[in-house]
Amino acid sequence: MSEHKIELTINGRRQQATVEGRKTLCDFLRVDTGCTGVHVGCEHGVCGACTVIIDGLAVRSCLMLAVQTDGCAVTTVEGLAAPDGALHPVQQALRDEHGVQCGFCTPGVVMTLAALTDGPKRPDADTLLDAMSGHICRCTGYQGIRRAACKLASKTGAEKP
Amino acid sequence: MSSAHVNDGRVIGKRMLRKEDARLLTGRGTFVDDVVLPGMLHVAFVRSPIARGRIRSIDISSARDLPGVLAVLTPNDLDPFNVKLLSFFFTPAMSVPVPLLARDRVAYVGDPVAMVVAQDRYIAEDAAALVIVDYEEEDPVVTIADAKRAPPVHPGMESNVAAVMGIEKDDDLEEALTNAPYLLTRTVRHQRLSQSPMETRGVLATKQGDELLVYVTCQSPHLVARYLALALDKPHLSVRVIAKDVGGAFGLKNHPWREEMSVIVGSMLLGSPLKWIEDRWENLVAANQAREQEMTVRVAFDGSGKLLAAHSDYSLNNGAYPQGAEANIAVHMFIWAAYKMPQLGFFTRGWHTNTVGNGAYRGPWGMESLARETMLDIAARELSIDPIEIRRRNLITKADQPCTTPMGLPLEDITPAECLDKLLEVIDVSAFRAGQAAARKQGKYLGLGIAVYIEPTGAAGQMAPMTGELAHLRIEPTGKVTALMSTHSQGHGTESTMAQVIADQLGVAYEDVTVFEGDSSRGGFGPGAAGSRQGVIGGGACRRAAALLKEKVKRVAAHILDADPESITVENGVVIVAGAESKTRSLRQIAEIAYGEPARLPPDTESGLEAQYRYDPPPVTFTSAAHACIVEIDADTGFVKIKRWLSCEDCGTIINPAVVEGQIAGGLAQAIGAVLLEEAGYDSRGNPLAVTYKDYLLPAISDVPDFEYVHACTPSKSEGGFRGVGEGGAIIGPPTLVNAIADALSPFGEVPLELPLTPTRILELIERRPLTGKTEAATTATSAPATPMTAQAGAAQAAANATLSSPAATMTSASHAHSAVIGGCWNMVLATPVGPQKIIGRFNTEGDVLKGVLESDQGSQSFAGTIAGNRLKWEMKVTEPMPITLKYDLTVEGNKLSGKVKMGLFGSANLTGERA
Repeated sequence: MSEHKIELTINGRRQQATVEGRKTLCDFLRVDTGCTGVHVGCEHGVCGACTVIIDGLAVRSCLMLAVQTDGCAVTTVEGLAAPDGALHPVQQALRDEHGVQCGFCTPGVVMTLAALTDGPKRPDADTLLDAMSGHICRCTGYQGIRRAACKLASKTGAEKP
Repeated sequence: MSSAHVNDGRVIGKRMLRKEDARLLTGRGTFVDDVVLPGMLHVAFVRSPIARGRIRSIDISSARDLPGVLAVLTPNDLDPFNVKLLSFFFTPAMSVPVPLLARDRVAYVGDPVAMVVAQDRYIAEDAAALVIVDYEEEDPVVTIADAKRAPPVHPGMESNVAAVMGIEKDDDLEEALTNAPYLLTRTVRHQRLSQSPMETRGVLATKQGDELLVYVTCQSPHLVARYLALALDKPHLSVRVIAKDVGGAFGLKNHPWREEMSVIVGSMLLGSPLKWIEDRWENLVAANQAREQEMTVRVAFDGSGKLLAAHSDYSLNNGAYPQGAEANIAVHMFIWAAYKMPQLGFFTRGWHTNTVGNGAYRGPWGMESLARETMLDIAARELSIDPIEIRRRNLITKADQPCTTPMGLPLEDITPAECLDKLLEVIDVSAFRAGQAAARKQGKYLGLGIAVYIEPTGAAGQMAPMTGELAHLRIEPTGKVTALMSTHSQGHGTESTMAQVIADQLGVAYEDVTVFEGDSSRGGFGPGAAGSRQGVIGGGACRRAAALLKEKVKRVAAHILDADPESITVENGVVIVAGAESKTRSLRQIAEIAYGEPARLPPDTESGLEAQYRYDPPPVTFTSAAHACIVEIDADTGFVKIKRWLSCEDCGTIINPAVVEGQIAGGLAQAIGAVLLEEAGYDSRGNPLAVTYKDYLLPAISDVPDFEYVHACTPSKSEGGFRGVGEGGAIIGPPTLVNAIADALSPFGEVPLELPLTPTRILELIERRPLTGKTEAATTATSAPATPMTAQAGAAQAAANATLSSPAATMTSASHAHSAVIGGCWNMVLATPVGPQKIIGRFNTEGDVLKGVLESDQGSQSFAGTIAGNRLKWEMKVTEPMPITLKYDLTVEGNKLSGKVKMGLFGSANLTGERA
């Protein structure tokens, strides 16, 4: 079994690790770094629960190997809220719009919306809703997630068409 | 909505932000896989790749030798624990024992055969692949049709009937059906579904001295603790179960099953904490599933569309190891409950097959609403009556109540007709019809579906696990409020809704109430989320406990402040004495004295500010609803687009509208999945066809419309006026959507009542030609199972058994065994559909008159009957769970007796007994 040394940044903290070549990123984040907010729902890249942000892009951590993140900046759902506990705008929108029930798919939903709305980008509601079609939520019927996405779109740019 | 609702007095009825969300949105929840214990080892299961066969041998040597592997456990290791797997009702799950790991035989693809324990899951799975199992494959029994003619799936059983109730043909009913002006007969088929909580099953178990500590994703830690204590049945074993956050359950996680129990027993055997987290492949292959059922309904109407009589013949695929063998009696209890149905009957059976076992799924009896509401639309179309009108002519209205259904359900405050009226206030049906006609001319197919139902919620007091709920409240010395509850959330938000109820009742801020649940060592027994019950019963418990606690606050404060208790109010955490502003105190000031200075309390008053109440509601609280859905169907592709969906539900007093709407929406999304997308099918060899989320299609955001809600809010008779709302969307959603599709496609003919209505099935109707060969899974005439020869042999065996126990065959031996052996004490067992029931019978004979007493856990009742030869007959009226006359017909032979008990509408149950 191959072992690899990697060095990466997780939620702003530099970290070194030795990982087996076959270890998925989601398992590495959960087991080796304690980022248990990364949830594994399907292991096929379908449900989106394990989504994290790598160098600014939303990525399914079940479809990536830990060794591939050598030199990368990884953000998990634990890394979004401010140090004083203030929620990230995406988290606040989902909370205000009752977009959460069991909370298992939630971290992935949060990370995709954060990746699309952070920084100078101005996605419209359709873009965000299209992105949400890659996330499976079994509890909410997507009502609050849709409202939150529309709210985030109108805040960051074009109104919902 | 903002959270600034703190100071205006009441929080019930407001969209309060959920307390749970702060941790769930930031990744700080604690799900079972997030828990790590020192020395924890990981489990992977070796599973059967075939649906049915004999295990010739298992070779674990290569697996055991893999570095990192600590053990490979087989039935020989686990069987000595003698674990008895039970149903949700704490009765034996089946008439034959359910093994933890397959011994000698496998009965479905995914059947666990061995269990690898290793230092991590990767190594455990490597090793599982190294276990060599030699199988002798046999032809499997896959479908209900297979089960009816194949030899038994389980050796030791007489047939594949897992459970049976009711009467196939009742003469009076047949006459009513046959002589009616209009008789509609249809068979409705519902596909098998996977509950698919986003968090799969999982468990982490460790035995610490005499305490078994189990972290498990479940629907009630209290119920699991009770289940484990009964299933393990070990002296000196205390059980604690913890489940803080649970990622959805929907019925799948009612109680532990084979894998969880294997892990728990394995941890006791090895003395190490063991963790198993099901992966999604395992969840879709080996976690119990639900719904595969078919029902032939015959319903008779008069010429004006009024209901006259109905009979339903229902079958449910129980799989190999159901979490309780069952024939889903609730389907028949509720099928016509909201309608004026003069006469009805049913025949209902569960069948064993070589598929993964049946489990619960949100609204397990929902087939009744699917069949009834779709058939009412067909009848309306055939009788040229408006579908709304046919419902109005038959629905039970406020003026019709109180009344009792033919199945014995007392109704006093259901509101389906009123919900329908309210729904029609917000949807303009005639405008829709005009638009529909215009659209059809342009080749666009719009449809409107309407469906109405009632649902039993908050059931308590009549079934072992369905108890009241408990609230233990404390005003802490800090003035903050702590609640320990028997409720449990798998997304329901009970930490928030219970806090809303407590805050209002106690007069404190919502933010100052913390609800703890999810640990069997806190609160008390409750079955958790099962049967849309927590708002009703948990909410009632919170109100009663808070009222007791507030009374104490008033009494204590009055004494300390030298005031009249009647003059004291508590508002937003402040104790106010009317007309004496200087006596105003914070709750904290009062609490500090109540805990710390008992000498200042009224005489004979317990220190502290604590109260506890276990609330038992009326046996059932009904929720009613009417839904409407508008679809557009693309006639070129067969795709269904849902354009609008309106819900008018009556769940009584609403605690939190956002939570209520969330429950309805979640159920409706699952309904949309069931009607259009999801199918957990099998091929003819019993291979599952949907084993990843690429094959098992769950609804995405693009499949689910914005739902519109009308809340009817008729307070129930339960404390607080609450009614349950957890399952309704999943029950009323499927017929609403099917009716809309059928309405859209009515120019092409009748839509088959067979789910899912995939684009292919819809195009087959539009294009009037078959577009696929039937899938193997749906084919009933598979060549594999049961040659006619063996089927006949099975029938002959059954006939032989029947003859053996018939009075005629035993007459000779019994003729010299008359009254001398009838009198005395008998230990009897009645095989009821919810499991065997023990009865002690004490008989006295006086000539041809039999007198006696029957004693059971439910109490004792005397009776008088007749003796003819060795045959005993008597009748007894019982009132629980409903008024029924039980007709006993038994035959005594030596020191044994056997026969049948006819239980009214519920058919017959076998009774056997021995002289005590």
